Amino acid sequence: MTALAHLGGAPTPTAPPGDRDATRGSYRLLPYLLLLPGAAWLFLFFTVPLLQLAAASLYDPAGSLSTGYALTWAFGNYPDALQAYWPQFGRSFLYAGVALVLALLMGYPLAYAIAQKAGRWKNLLLVCVVAPMFTSFLVRTLAWKTILSDNGWLVGLLRDVHLLGPDGRLLATPVAVVLGLTYNFLPFLVLPLYASLERLDARLLEAASDLYASPTQAFRRVTLPLSMPGLVAGTLLFFIPASGDYINAELLGTPNEYMIGNVIDSAFLVRLDYPQGAALSFLLMAAILAVVFVYLRRAGTEEVL
Amino acid sequence: MRSPLRPLTRRGLLTGTLGSAALLAAGGSLAGCGTKAATQTEAGCVSDDLSGTEKTLAFSNWPQYMDVDEKDESKRPSLDEFVTRTGIKVTYTEDINDNNEFFGKVQNQLAACQGTGRDIIVLTDWMAARMIRLGWIQKLDKAKIPNVQANLLPSLLDRSFDRENRIAVPWQSGLAGLAYNGSVAKEIRTVDELLTRPDLKGKVTALSEMRDTIGLLLQSNGHDPANFTAAQFDDALNKLKKAVDSGQIRRFTGNDYAPELAKGDIAACIGWSGDVIQLAGENEKIRFVAPDSGVILFSDNMMVPNKATHKANAEELINYYYEPAVAAKLAAYVNYICPVKGAQAEMEKIDPELAANPLIFPDEALLAKSKVFMALDEQQEREYEGKFQQVIGA
Repeated sequence: MTALAHLGGAPTPTAPPGDRDATRGSYRLLPYLLLLPGAAWLFLFFTVPLLQLAAASLYDPAGSLSTGYALTWAFGNYPDALQAYWPQFGRSFLYAGVALVLALLMGYPLAYAIAQKAGRWKNLLLVCVVAPMFTSFLVRTLAWKTILSDNGWLVGLLRDVHLLGPDGRLLATPVAVVLGLTYNFLPFLVLPLYASLERLDARLLEAASDLYASPTQAFRRVTLPLSMPGLVAGTLLFFIPASGDYINAELLGTPNEYMIGNVIDSAFLVRLDYPQGAALSFLLMAAILAVVFVYLRRAGTEEVL
Repeated sequence: MRSPLRPLTRRGLLTGTLGSAALLAAGGSLAGCGTKAATQTEAGCVSDDLSGTEKTLAFSNWPQYMDVDEKDESKRPSLDEFVTRTGIKVTYTEDINDNNEFFGKVQNQLAACQGTGRDIIVLTDWMAARMIRLGWIQKLDKAKIPNVQANLLPSLLDRSFDRENRIAVPWQSGLAGLAYNGSVAKEIRTVDELLTRPDLKGKVTALSEMRDTIGLLLQSNGHDPANFTAAQFDDALNKLKKAVDSGQIRRFTGNDYAPELAKGDIAACIGWSGDVIQLAGENEKIRFVAPDSGVILFSDNMMVPNKATHKANAEELINYYYEPAVAAKLAAYVNYICPVKGAQAEMEKIDPELAANPLIFPDEALLAKSKVFMALDEQQEREYEGKFQQVIGA
């Protein structure tokens, strides 16, 4: 995660001193050679499958597994898929967005406290943030089923204080899905934020108060701008997987809470409608890219791009 | 001095992205050959049988679907006895967790007529039907499985996807019916009660297996799941949709309804007999109900996929598990419906209580109202599954 923290100020690599013309050629090539294994890996296992997926999204929708699919450049698959499943699209971004706000409200103070106020407890607290990730995503989500269970203590408590009606429930509602998303992706937000805030020089805050800034002003003018790279990286790392997630909706929600991930899952595995599944996957990618792009422009962090 | 690598700027990234997009377009035309038909024919995809020289067998099955020794869970008594008796070394793998997922795992190999490394796979009726339709399964030699001919339950003969009874042999069978938790809900007798009774609102689940849920609904409408029309399907689906829209049905599940039913989060559901027997063993308030309108009988079937190289060994194993004594040993552990005639008499010797359990050895009355869901062709499968998935929200 520290790598993310350095996104902001990566030092410009300079040629080593004593660089002579004779060796310059090999130095020129070196960075590209170093890139080669990673690039080859990305090409084989990311670019090629992505191209196949792109091709699949343009297959003739009348094809089938037993007759095969012909590539007919059927661009109509895209509007068809969108028309059939726009509610799930909207829901995905809505739930991920609400979860992001909740996660920010909890995650920012948490990251700040760990980075600036925890003293010798810092490492222990960091382990506490990361520790849940040692168990599987699925197990953690199933644990939430127990926590939110109709006969569990939480629902009982909420009923007693009349926040929920006598027959009210949490499980199988949008609330449960959003809570699950918030919990499952919170560490992805907290860790980059922590990395930024940890480098914040406390003397800057002292200087701000010497210059008669109130704590609020100091936060707005010093802390917040300096934590921006971490904040941007963290929100992206949170929002992108959260909007494509389907486990939380599947386990904690009902059909009325299904997100776009559930639809893609069923298109590929249950309905065997590969063109539609591929088209939906690309639409999801495009939508996320668009959201990210607008967000980065507005957040104005040239460094992250 | 110019550094060899320019720092990444937004402009640079944009150019890079545009470049990649161009590459993508070029690659698109490269990849532009579509996919070939996945269907195989008996003549086109011939499998060799090496059983004569290789005394081995690779058997893929679902978890907890084989008897294990009470003291040592790594021992499987009935399977071990087969190995001792025949000298065929069996590699038993529990790698089937979900029909669709397993299909995804093997489809590329089978569509290209390549081996999967498995000699026996166990899949549910509808998936078996799909694979048979695609020509991915080898026919068995009837002469080598005499026990199956003699002992298969009559209700499981002549199923629409295997008229000759020589492609898919039931490993275990089960019923899809209703279940309720008596500590949260009053007794439930019919599908209509499940879908409309106000006290169950929001505490009902149904199965995400289309055949089981729709099958029961078809029966509740007085239609036959073994032979129905598109209009009858739509009627059943509309009935389901009403229950989803009204909030009566909380969600659609696989096996995961079981812990929720046990906890009482759900009061009643459409569920499977085998799960409910296990739950009832721990909490007697949990009951399985076979509504008078009928239940769905399904089986998980042993099949030999194309290019499996030990068909004769597989036939030997299939034949072995159709000996009533062996079948009884298995049924005593597994708790699903035993598809082998005569096993009930053998079970009397092991555990008379289980022998009397109609959900393991169903009586005539129960069998009479059990129906196997009709085999669908590809067009129907896609249409029905698509409509069903729309209603269940995915």
